[in-house]
This record gives sequence, structure tokens and C-alpha cells, in this order.
Amino acid sequence: MPTTAPAFSDATASDSALRRFLHGLPGVDAVGLEARAASLGTRSIKTTAKAYAIDLAISMIDLTTLEGADTPGKVRALAAKAVNPDPTDRTTPRTAAVCVYPDMAATAVAALAGSGVKVASVATAFPAGRAALDVKLADVRDAVAAGSDEIDMVIDRGAFLSGRYLKVYEEILAVKAECARADGPDARLKVIFETGELSTYDNIRRASWLGMLAGADFIKTSTGKVGTNATPANTLLMLEAVRDFRAQTGVQIGVKPAGGIRTSKDAIKFLVLVNETAGEDWLDNHWFRFGASSLLNDLLMQRQKLSTGRYSGPDYVTVD
Amino acid sequence: MSDNRLSVFKTYKLYVGGKFPRSESGRVYEVTDSKGKWLANAPQSSRKDARDAVVAARKAFGGWSGATAYNRGQVLYRVAEMLEGRKDQFVREVADAEGLSKSKAAAVVDAAIDRWVWYAGWTDKIGQVVGGANPVAGPFFNLSTPEPTGVVAVLAPQESSFLGLVSVIAPVIATGNTAVVIASADSPLPALSLGEVLATSDLPGGVVNVLSGRTAEIATPLASHQDVNAIDLTGADTGLAKELEIAAADNLKRVLRPQPVDGAADWTADPGTHRLTAFLETKTVWHPTGALGVSGSSY
Repeated sequence: MPTTAPAFSDATASDSALRRFLHGLPGVDAVGLEARAASLGTRSIKTTAKAYAIDLAISMIDLTTLEGADTPGKVRALAAKAVNPDPTDRTTPRTAAVCVYPDMAATAVAALAGSGVKVASVATAFPAGRAALDVKLADVRDAVAAGSDEIDMVIDRGAFLSGRYLKVYEEILAVKAECARADGPDARLKVIFETGELSTYDNIRRASWLGMLAGADFIKTSTGKVGTNATPANTLLMLEAVRDFRAQTGVQIGVKPAGGIRTSKDAIKFLVLVNETAGEDWLDNHWFRFGASSLLNDLLMQRQKLSTGRYSGPDYVTVD
Repeated sequence: MSDNRLSVFKTYKLYVGGKFPRSESGRVYEVTDSKGKWLANAPQSSRKDARDAVVAARKAFGGWSGATAYNRGQVLYRVAEMLEGRKDQFVREVADAEGLSKSKAAAVVDAAIDRWVWYAGWTDKIGQVVGGANPVAGPFFNLSTPEPTGVVAVLAPQESSFLGLVSVIAPVIATGNTAVVIASADSPLPALSLGEVLATSDLPGGVVNVLSGRTAEIATPLASHQDVNAIDLTGADTGLAKELEIAAADNLKRVLRPQPVDGAADWTADPGTHRLTAFLETKTVWHPTGALGVSGSSY
């Protein structure tokens, strides 16, 4: 079993110790947080900086399809797009990963073999997470066995909101254990909090620390399946958490906002947040990701605008 | 006491996506009447306003082109009703812009409203005029139907600020296209007021978007825009028209060159259907009849 960073081993010793620790975190200044996120969103990023930001954002996308109607054909098409986002311009970077349901992971792995694009698979009864632990773990095992490089799990929001933090913690530990692979690198674990269901910024801060203590490799805002998804404010809060966690333990953890990020302008705002909060170390697709699908097309259109000088249109990118 | 009343000046704004934004650039320019007296400040649109207008027009295209022709006709007729109700304002603006007497301006506005009604009547008739069944040598029904081209950039005529404007907008939207209109540079006020009429006429937001400013500055990015399907160059002078046509060739835009008759500024003449058909594509469907053909021979 992976162990908690030594600095905090006493925090996770018991349910009451964990509660004491999480409730002992400083409260979030909601007004200050939103004002800070909004003011960082006003930066004007132009010309060469914009070109750099667009390429960086493309390379950070977890190109996602999580629909009941997903078919192997659609997953293969998406994989082809991840490897070669703009066939008219081979200098376009590849996306970081393709994100699919576990039953499509094998298809994605086969389609992406040798490309360097990773396969992320959601698991643990995504998106609600309302299933028995055995079922969730079996879901993760399947996804790992199919060759997923990354596992996106959802926390048990019901347990979290009713204060049973140790249950959430132990569940993350159990899932992390299933991510281990004897014959290769372990799957990296992204822990989804579904911030839209956590009600308060204080809860998001607690969930972030809980996830990091339990050994998450990434903390992720949301599933994209509820009304409120990634916002600049909740992402800023999570970036502060990973920054503080590294300062205290030396362990770096990634952040992934997901859902609702559709335009290049939005994506660049998030990159500004990353740079100004966590710092340059996180400006890399090993440490920061966008969970998105339509965002890629907008980035490609902006990229075409920069390279040709004329506005592009949806006829010049693929229909997903 | 009316002499002591403070003036309430109108802030003219753009009409984009059913809303009334100022120019993204924050710029305005002075609009004067035909004698050089200041009338108002109009927004001076930038290329980014043009970009936003195209996004709005594209978004509106599916709904507007998918509406039944009858429904489009009803909506356009409603626009004419609203114009009728605000006739006084348009008479004043046209008189100022074009230096006409009140009675002459009133005649121009009447003609414009009548023109709008005339085009409203065409929505459910153009299909029969330019479409229909084609005789083919084979066991097929062969049917052609006109379909709207898409997003059309319209450079409204520079001289005729209202009758000319109506004469270029109405035919474009009657057939189901959506429009990004660049108002006359020197007399944009009737066009900006038309936006207020359109906003209250059941016309979905984004079907018509009105921009004011320097024609070349707005038209250049529209001509090269890959998501604009056609451009009407009526308001461009010869040099600009040539430049825009070259830029428009890149994505095979449909281009309507300035017409000789428009140059003579004779907007009162019978417009004919050429502006309706300029922005239509023909879809032809072959459907097997199941018969062996007229002669009974095999094909």
C-alpha cells in the first residue's frame, strides 16, 4: 500500500485525527479567491506568447469522450485526432491523452500504440460513484488490465459530505493499490472531487488535501456531468493546495480542471492561473491537464488564425 | 418650460447576436448630417466585432434556415409592421443623412417598408420559381430545391442609407441566410436604428448583425473569414471591391459584385429577384421511380 507523506502520517491515523486535520485547514476567503481568479483572467496574452500558450494547451488536453453512445469507431477517430489534431499542419502538438470509459480503453490503447499519447480511463462507477467498493475496484482492475496509463476515479461525495473522511481516504488508497502494475509503470491516479457537488470552497480545500494525503497523482475538479464544472476559482484553490503540499512534503501533484472549458481564451486564463499560483514547474502536461473535447477545435481554429492571419471556421476542423 | 429641458441624446450601438454592444475597441466616430452638423457618435467597429458578429450569425443560421418559409415570411412581415410604427424616427434620420426634405424622406421610408413587405412575400415563393422537377432521361424523379448559402457579409450601399440598406438585407435573410451587415460609413444611423426594430420583431438574435465603422476595416477580415460563405460588395468602391474579391476567393465565397444599377443609386426601381437568387445554392435529389423509364429500355 502506498503510504502517506511522513509529514502528515499522524493526520491519517484515525477518523477523528483526519477530521481534526481537515477542519483545521484555514478557511477559504471566497471573495478574495474569486477576485484573484478574475483579476488573473484579465491578462492580455498576444502574439508569440499566445502561440506558445495555444500549443501548450493543446499538449495538455485529455481529449475526452464519455457518452453512452461511444463506439469503438468513435474512440478510434478521437485517437487519430489526438495524434494528429490538425492534418493540415504537422507542427501541431499531440494531445496529452485520450480519456474514455474502461470498456473502450483497450480500443484506445490499440489505436494509440507507439504514439506517446496516453490512455486515461475513468473508473469507480463514474460519474456518480454510487456502487459497492468491490464493484469500483473491479472497474479499476479492468481499466488497468486493458492498458490504461491513467485512471480517473471519483470520490464518494456522499461519504465526504457526511463527514466520513476516513472512508473516502481508504477508498482512494484501495484504488491506488489497484493502479499498481507488476510488469510496467503504475497507472497514474487522478482523483475527481466533483467540485460542483461539494457546495463550499472550504470543502474543495479539504477534499484536495484528503486526495493528496491518500496518494493521488492528480487532483481533478469534476466529471463534466453536472451543472457546475471547472471554474477559475475552484481551480485556483486546488493549485494553491498542490503548491502548499509540495512546499511541505516535497511531493508534486498534478491538477486537472475538466468540463466547461470550451474556448482558447478560457484555456489561456487557466494557464495564467497555473503560472502565477503553482509556478512554471506545473506548465507541463505531466502536471497539468485540461479535461475537454470541444476546446481542441477552438484551439486549432485560433492556431490557424495565428498562422494564416485570417479567421478560421468550424468547417476546417473535424466534427467529433 | 420645455426650453429648459435637458437634451436626451441617443447612444447608438451595434446590433450583434440580438444584443446591443458597444464596439469591442471602445472607439466611436462622429456622424454628421449632409451639411456637416454633428448628429451622434456611432461605434467604430473593429475586426474583432466582425469576428463576434460572424459567430452570432453562424449560431443563428441553423434555426433561421430551418424555419419554414411561411414562418420566415411572417417574421419579416412583422418587421415591416414595426418599421411602420417607428416611421417618424426613420424619416428624421433619413432626412438628416441624405439631405432630403421631410416629404421626400417620408417617400423613401415608405418605399423601404414596401420593399420589406415585398421580400417577405417571396420567402415561400422563391422555391417554386427557382426549384422544381427536372426532366431527366432515366427512371428517376429529379428535384431541385434552393437552399440558403449560409452566413453572408453585406456591405450596405454608402449613399442610400435606408432604402438601399433594406434592399440588400431583406433578400439575404428572406431565403434563410444570416447576415453581417456593414452600415454606410457616413450615414450609419438608420441602420443602427433598424437593429432596434429587428430586435423587437420576433427575428431570432444573430440573423441580422449590424456593424458601423470604416467599411474597409470591417470588410477586410470578413472577406478572408473562412466561416463566411458569401459577400455582397454593394457598398465597396471599385478598388476595395477588387481587393475583397481576391480575399474572398480563398474559401470560394460566393461574391455579389457591385451592380451597375446600384451605382446609379436608383434603389427605387423594381429590384427583381437577382438579389434573392444570388445567395442560394441548388440542391438536386435523384429519386428512383421504380419504373423502367419512358421507353421501357434498360439504362
